[in-house]
Amino acid sequence: MQETILEARHLKKYFPTSKGMLHAVDDVSFRIGRGETLGLVGESGCGKSTTGRVILRLLEATSGEILFDGTDICKLSKAQMREKRKDMQIIFQDPYSSIDPRKAVFEIIEEPLRVKRVCKTKQELAERVYELMELAGLSKRYINAYPHELDGGRRQRVGIARALALNPKFIVLDEPVSALDVSIQAQVLNLLQRRQEEMGLTYLFISHDLSVVKHISDHIAVMYLGQIVEYGDYQSIFKNPLHPYTKALLSAIPLPRIDLERNQILLEGDVASPIDPKPGCRFAGRCRYKTELCTKAEPEYTEYETGHFAACHCCKD
Amino acid sequence: MTENKQGQPSYKKRSTLPEVWRRFKKNRRAVVGLVILVILILVAAFANFLPYDPYKQSPSEALQTSSWSHLMGTDEFGRDILTRVCYGARLSIFIAFLATAFACVTGTILGAIAGYYGKKVETIIMRVMDILLAIPNMLLAIVVAAVLGAGAFNMMLAVAISNVPHYVRLMRSAVLSIQGQEYIEASRSVGATDWYIIKSHIIPNCLAPLIVQVTTRVGAAILICSSLSFIGVGISPPTAEWGAMLSKGKDFLREFPHLTVWPGLAIMITAFALNMLGDGLRDALDPKLKT
Repeated sequence: MQETILEARHLKKYFPTSKGMLHAVDDVSFRIGRGETLGLVGESGCGKSTTGRVILRLLEATSGEILFDGTDICKLSKAQMREKRKDMQIIFQDPYSSIDPRKAVFEIIEEPLRVKRVCKTKQELAERVYELMELAGLSKRYINAYPHELDGGRRQRVGIARALALNPKFIVLDEPVSALDVSIQAQVLNLLQRRQEEMGLTYLFISHDLSVVKHISDHIAVMYLGQIVEYGDYQSIFKNPLHPYTKALLSAIPLPRIDLERNQILLEGDVASPIDPKPGCRFAGRCRYKTELCTKAEPEYTEYETGHFAACHCCKD
Repeated sequence: MTENKQGQPSYKKRSTLPEVWRRFKKNRRAVVGLVILVILILVAAFANFLPYDPYKQSPSEALQTSSWSHLMGTDEFGRDILTRVCYGARLSIFIAFLATAFACVTGTILGAIAGYYGKKVETIIMRVMDILLAIPNMLLAIVVAAVLGAGAFNMMLAVAISNVPHYVRLMRSAVLSIQGQEYIEASRSVGATDWYIIKSHIIPNCLAPLIVQVTTRVGAAILICSSLSFIGVGISPPTAEWGAMLSKGKDFLREFPHLTVWPGLAIMITAFALNMLGDGLRDALDPKLKT
């Protein structure tokens, strides 16, 4: 594995609600190597987007450490954090709400450059914006366009150009393609991969779509109700899934063949409430291998193969 | 789009004003409202050039109906009603705009504070506003005017205070809905300061509903001013003011209805024009409506 660029240690984010504490992110630890992509998958509401935002300190962590390039960014002051932000960017899921409807494409892309005072002259600024538009695969004729005049794919490219503006080292991709058409999804994914290779970017790729994650990730972390239940490189996750939840997710990937016999694992029941969760394994209520132990003790996060971790009582067999 | 030397399309700041005007023009009723308003403002501004004095009494000419020398007739003291209506426009429009400006500035600041900082500050501001809103607008204005006493300035203050809660609520909800948008987060993620975000995202996005609110509320303010004068807690009778003129004229309503009809029409037309203008602006200022 490459040297670590980002490491999260025992990250927790709780939200107070009227019914109790909502454990959105509950003791999550992972590391990402420089230039790699970690895919974070899980169903909606499992805390993957919250994790992404906590890592960038767009939300403050309840506890835990986030080491970026060796410094714990949770301890940085507001001003120091603002300085650090140019290395860490985010691309949002919804290209309709992530760009200001009152600003033209040029103004949106120049914002980071202006905020960080990167360019000295207007000429320099304009050239940098052109360069960024080219990097994001956006034709120059859209420079004066307003967001409502662009389609979803182009809007997302504006978001990508904005995220690349400050030459970041690390980008959180918060479901960057799930709001787009399938044909555009592939284009945007390929674009993101090309930029990663050229600029040596590190990605945290958040998605609920395993086939998309498979396409782009080096490592995959599977999240369930605020916890990472399985972690490994993408081959071991796809070839030898350990956790019953991962198995169910994998069996849900649609295959482009109709004559194939498939034994899909259908999960029954509902996701347990993330508000003050009961002790024991969070997945126990929906798990077909459930034993008495599962409802009592929280499973240990154990390494079963080299670099392949899972948190489940039943994986040992 | 302009092109620079290398043949690249270059960024040219597209002002939103021509765009807004283009959309505004399409709405005929809004344009009519604007034209009426402009005429009213001109009339108010050039009222001095009318041949009659609005206060000089000439009993010999009292209570005439419309004629060529007095287009709207004369009142019980022989004063020309047209002249008095024009002078009244000056006072009514001036007070209404001033009151609205005062209410708008105070309300916007309070609402922005409540929306941006939330928690206790928000609770205190919003509960006070709720109490004010629980009292009908008109009644509140009457109470304030009665406490402060009659007079143009006090009336302005009364109208302003009774209008503040509307702006507070509008601004707070606008700020709240914009704060939740991802582009605010995006701006924060590139290291923008609070002030930068307020200045370049929150205020521009709140402006449209605010402008609309101002235009429609000016109409309401004119109505309240006139009503206050009518019931005698606003501007008192000798002054040429629409509400005061109505109040005086009601004594002669049976025999000489023109004493009340003309100032009443003036109030109605002004409020009508402002409402149409506000409606037109609402559509024109929304960037998502492309037509």
